[in-house]
Amino acid sequence: MSSQTPTSEYETYYVPEKSKLAVCATIGLVLSIYGAASIMNDMTFGDPNEPTSSWTIFLCGLFFFMATLFGWFRVTIRENIAGMNSAQLKKSYVLGMFWFIFSEVMFFFAFFGALFYVRNLVGPWLAGEGDGGRMNGLLWEGFEYAWPMMQTPQEAVGGAAAQTMANNGSFTSAHTSMAFADAHAWYKWLPLWNTIILLSSSVTCHIAHLGILDGNRTKFNIWLGITVALGMIFLGLQVAEYKEAYVHFGLTLNSGIYGSTFFMLTGFHGFHVFMGMTMLLIQLLRSVIGKQFTSDDHFGFEASSWYWHFVDVVWVFLFLFVYIL
Amino acid sequence: MCFNAKRLSKLALGPVLMLLSAFALANPEVNQVNMAPGVTEVGKEIYDLHMIILGICVVIGIGVFGVMFYSIFYHRKSRGVTPATFHESTQVEILWTVVPFFILIGMAIPATNTLLSIYDNDDAELDVLITGYQWKWKYEYLNENGENVSFFSNLRTPQSEIYNTEAKGEHYLLEVDNPLVLPAGKKVRFLITANDVIHSWWVPHLAVKKDAVPGFINEAWTRTDQTGIYRGQCAELCGKDHGFMPIVVNVVEPAEYDDWLAGKQAEQAEIAALMAQEFTLDELMERGEAVYQRNCLACHGANGEGGVGPAIAASAVATGDLSGHLEIGINGVPGTAMQAFGGQINDVEMAAVITYQRNAFGNNMGDLVQPIDVFNHKKGQ
Amino acid sequence: MGDHHHGPAKGLGRWLFTTNHKDIGTMYLWFSFAMFILGGAFAMIIRAELFQPGMQLVDPAFFNQMTTLHGLVMVFGAIMPSFVGLANWLIPMMIGAPDMALPRMNNWSFWILPPTFLLLASTLFMEGGAPAFGWTFYAPLSTTYAPPSVTFFIFSVHILGLSSIMGSINIIATVMNMRAPGMTYMKMPLFVWTWLITAFLLVAVMPVLAGAVTMMLMDIHFGTSFFSAAGGGDPVLFQHVFWFFGHPEVYIIILPAFGVVSQIIPAFSRKPLFGYDSMVYATSSIAFLSFIVWAHHMYTVGMPVAGELFFMYATMLIAVPTGVKVFNWVTTMWRGAMTFETPMLFCIGFLVLFTIGGFTGLMLSIAPADFQYHDSYFVVAHFHYVMVAGAVFSMTAAVYFWLPKWCGRMYNEAMGKTHFWISFIGFNLTFFPQHFVGLAGMPRRIPDYALQFADFNMMSSIGAFIYGASQILFLYNVIATIVAGKPVSDEKVWDGAEGLEWTVPTPAPYHTFETPPKVDPAHAHS
Ligand code: HEA
Ligand code: HEA
Ligand code: HEC
Ligand code: CUA
Ligand SMILES: [Cu+2]
Repeated sequence: MSSQTPTSEYETYYVPEKSKLAVCATIGLVLSIYGAASIMNDMTFGDPNEPTSSWTIFLCGLFFFMATLFGWFRVTIRENIAGMNSAQLKKSYVLGMFWFIFSEVMFFFAFFGALFYVRNLVGPWLAGEGDGGRMNGLLWEGFEYAWPMMQTPQEAVGGAAAQTMANNGSFTSAHTSMAFADAHAWYKWLPLWNTIILLSSSVTCHIAHLGILDGNRTKFNIWLGITVALGMIFLGLQVAEYKEAYVHFGLTLNSGIYGSTFFMLTGFHGFHVFMGMTMLLIQLLRSVIGKQFTSDDHFGFEASSWYWHFVDVVWVFLFLFVYIL
Repeated sequence: MCFNAKRLSKLALGPVLMLLSAFALANPEVNQVNMAPGVTEVGKEIYDLHMIILGICVVIGIGVFGVMFYSIFYHRKSRGVTPATFHESTQVEILWTVVPFFILIGMAIPATNTLLSIYDNDDAELDVLITGYQWKWKYEYLNENGENVSFFSNLRTPQSEIYNTEAKGEHYLLEVDNPLVLPAGKKVRFLITANDVIHSWWVPHLAVKKDAVPGFINEAWTRTDQTGIYRGQCAELCGKDHGFMPIVVNVVEPAEYDDWLAGKQAEQAEIAALMAQEFTLDELMERGEAVYQRNCLACHGANGEGGVGPAIAASAVATGDLSGHLEIGINGVPGTAMQAFGGQINDVEMAAVITYQRNAFGNNMGDLVQPIDVFNHKKGQ
Repeated sequence: MGDHHHGPAKGLGRWLFTTNHKDIGTMYLWFSFAMFILGGAFAMIIRAELFQPGMQLVDPAFFNQMTTLHGLVMVFGAIMPSFVGLANWLIPMMIGAPDMALPRMNNWSFWILPPTFLLLASTLFMEGGAPAFGWTFYAPLSTTYAPPSVTFFIFSVHILGLSSIMGSINIIATVMNMRAPGMTYMKMPLFVWTWLITAFLLVAVMPVLAGAVTMMLMDIHFGTSFFSAAGGGDPVLFQHVFWFFGHPEVYIIILPAFGVVSQIIPAFSRKPLFGYDSMVYATSSIAFLSFIVWAHHMYTVGMPVAGELFFMYATMLIAVPTGVKVFNWVTTMWRGAMTFETPMLFCIGFLVLFTIGGFTGLMLSIAPADFQYHDSYFVVAHFHYVMVAGAVFSMTAAVYFWLPKWCGRMYNEAMGKTHFWISFIGFNLTFFPQHFVGLAGMPRRIPDYALQFADFNMMSSIGAFIYGASQILFLYNVIATIVAGKPVSDEKVWDGAEGLEWTVPTPAPYHTFETPPKVDPAHAHS
């Protein structure tokens, strides 16, 4: 939608009337956060026999929050359909989505930064190499550094009781790493398939975009449907892989820094895939059921697709630094 | 010498004397306003660097504030001036970008040199492993020269002074039971680590501050020809009693150092002998009380009423099965503030404090623990 | 499309459901003042305990909780929201926009703050007490050795981050998208510029903080070992991640303050800002440099010497663009026709004291010297000079400066000036002696200290009570102005003030610039 009123240099910017959305979203968010924190505290510090209401609070809060968000998006969509949104307002949404994705990039940056720091500096230091740790042999005698870290410093000295510092938990490493192992059985290596799946889902998503740009709703629906399905397959495979890691490889959250970084990065990525997939699914439903979106107005889809591409790019880095290198 | 100073301050002859004695060896001095030059070469370098940058900042400050106050005084509306309208002047702007840049380079050069000497940890004649614990320091003279001495260094100031029921002594909060003793004139390397959380080992006069990070060993070093007592404190927030873990370093002539070392070694042999001994309940209670006050009181309270840790009075552990009690005392509770004291206090002390906990605060269990029981428990695991 | 030519709704609903940038700005400002009082109350407990050697009022564990909450509440509750409030009020008026770009989200970013701080404050009453690991919450004191309330602390930080990110996205979208025709970037008032850059910093570093607390959460509850050497992690990793956020954070605090000062000094000097362009470039350089200096908080953790040198040089460089700013302000005053109303007094106070704080910052940046300064009261003195005399003074100046425009009434000038002088004296009495005790060897975050430090600490505590009390005067003055101040009707209020916000009627109507104003190129930026 370009500028419709040539007489005025600028269109009127739609400023919504007062709205209950923000306050409701606050209540939902704060309740679910409070519930989530309580659940974790019950788990770690609580008495297992004492009944608590943490789950109830969490679920009620979450439900209320989701319902509010649903309402929020509905209002926004209706305003757009009613033609209240000027081109300028739409640009605000574009900017909003762009900077939101940027903030997500920085969130992953923190974990990748942690990974690089640990792999390139801390590991060698613990093994007594480099400027940062030439005397560490006194503490972790026998620890040798390699990545993936298949023996934690704690194990190297003979377990938690034998370590010189206070016993702060037990970190037992995996017996098999997730890295690419067997060149002959490459086709059995899940991460490769996951990469292929996710990369192609970006392509299908783009084809769907071309579809709606052409005004071809069927093409849009089909390709978007394929994208969502690929996302689901990806998540399914990821679940299978986690199961494999836990059950067969002994790779868990407790497996020292290798397990920590592995699950943190892939876990948050998986969560983002789930979010992106849900967003795309909603766009699909909007198109199939509501017959929404036109060739020149489909921001909801565009925003979701940017998010999807972002999630995809993160995976490429993950694949490189977590699985391959 | 140290003894005399204490006597004098006990007499409380007033601030004049305080000041005089301060010149002699008190550090920090009363109402000291500047960094101490310290007693090491590096310390003096740092002090000089500090004075140079301070001086540069003061000069720039006088310049900037001088212009500003001149302007405030002369360019005020009440003097009837009309405002100028000038703005932007590329020359001036380049000037005040480039000149500070060169001033900074001037500062960076000596700073780099000093930093490099701080990091010159090689060729030490003595290595001391320093471990921070909540809330005390452990010093281990590493074995290279047959020293093999290790001990803990705890705050010596009594609770009564801290809680204002008794007058505070001259070295209030800056005194320990076992100071670190170092030989003068020798390069000493400190290997610094921690057992639980991050601490930081700081003695201003030696110009050493280095964080003690659990699981990592940091290096620092010092060398001074000046004998004396140098006081410092833990400089990284490490929990409740972060303010109560001082550091005292006693630098003595090498001969005196050797005597001290021999004394320490004899002491440790003595303890080894005590291990085999049987104690009576009274003996254990007396020793146990001292150990409790030094090691446990901070968390379990003066009357066993609890605090950071649970109450000992009527505690299920202290009035329950003996081996469970020993287990907690020796190996602690992982992941909590309750440390494994088995490696921190010797078996005699452990036997005494466990006995004390089981019989004090109304626990009256009547059983007593001998050092050999502790030894057996340790072996049994 | 709704008709906007009406006033605000009545009752509580106006505030709860509002989408109006002025209402939201007002709420932010009052909220931040409430948090200032709360954080100030914690500071008063700290200073009361430190009045004399010995433990008198609180126990050491509670003292640490006070230090922690004081830092957190002041930084996240008082300073940051106060500048967001200012941004909400002023940015749309300064660039000629009808409102913020995303008004409903704007309301949301505000409303999640109060319950979050309630949650944070409620940790004081939880088992094991409130977080007691300092506002920098270094692991493992904040993980393995933390009280259970740490989980609530972690989630509070998550929500605070969410609020800041949404607030910043809104500001970025507003500035990039809603400038009136003719209001090009290089014509924007400097306050808008500094906020645009601040918002960018916020979007970049708040997620990193979220990452840091998430790793803590995992270490505490799920057995990971990010910050534990036994599992191959490193406690110092936490510090790197934290300070990657933490250092830009201190510029997030100060850049909007720079913006405020750059508006007020020209107004009372009756002379345009000396170097507008160089101010913009200097602000950008500071923002850029802020990303590569974080480890200057960590000189003593045992970094390799190469890292130490890199961070030292990079940090020292910040003095150059900051110097450009200071010189610009002074040159703006040069040959102006100055008057010294309360806002100007606070700006001059800012200029002098911030520069002193900047100098001590430069001293801290010299790594070998920092080995002696680090974690001593010298650092405490440094950051209160830049944060209290920097951010709080400039915020105070801003309130006095724009209050007449906001409510159409003039504050009591004599009371304002009294407030300034008591603040100025009280502030210096509090924090100047802290340089001395710090250099003499007093560590920070201790509830009790050696006798040698007694006199200066007593001075410091007395100063703190004076400074704190002077804020009562401020509060009274503001309320009295709103309720019964002398009405002003002049659009300009201050004869030297420049900018679009001074072209709308006084008090500023509920809705401004529903049709974009014409930007007069001659008076583009102030
Ligand atoms: C508003 C917040 C703010 C601001 C603006 C600054 C500004 C600066 N800070 Fe500060 N700082 C903090 C808030 C802030 N700081 C906080 C909160 C902490 C402690 C955190 C904690 O541990 O809890 C801290 C700690 C801190 C440390 C760590 C100390 C330690 O723990 O050991 C260091 C070290 O480098 C440092 C340096 C600097 C520098 C170089 C600047 C520079 O930006 C200053 C630049 C300004 C000038 C230099 C003055 C003006 C310039 C001129 C007049 C030009 C000419 C001058 C020369 C060439 C000399 N700061
Ligand atoms: C911008 C942030 C900010 C601000 C404004 C302040 C303001 C003050 N700060 Fe603090 N401070 C920090 C940020 C800030 N601080 C941080 C980050 C730390 C580090 C924490 C850590 O180590 O983890 C710290 C630490 C810190 C310490 C060191 C604690 C320690 O190491 O143990 C001290 C000690 O003196 C102190 C004092 C003060 C004082 C006296 C004020 C005064 O300026 C406060 C004055 C304000 C008031 C007193 C309230 C005003 C209102 C009224 C009085 C009106 C009352 C009206 C009614 C009730 C109706 N602060
Ligand atoms: C740094 C704080 C700290 C110190 C010092 C400390 N403890 Fe503890 N202690 C704790 C904590 C915390 C617990 C609770 C552990 C848990 O969660 O099970 C505890 C628990 C105990 C218990 C079990 C009590 C019960 O009823 O569960 C005993 C016995 C005990 N400590 C003995 C000692 C002895 C003996 C010493 C000194 C040699 C000592 N403690 C010093 C913190 C401390
Ligand atoms: Cu140990 Cu502070
Ligand atoms: Cu910094």
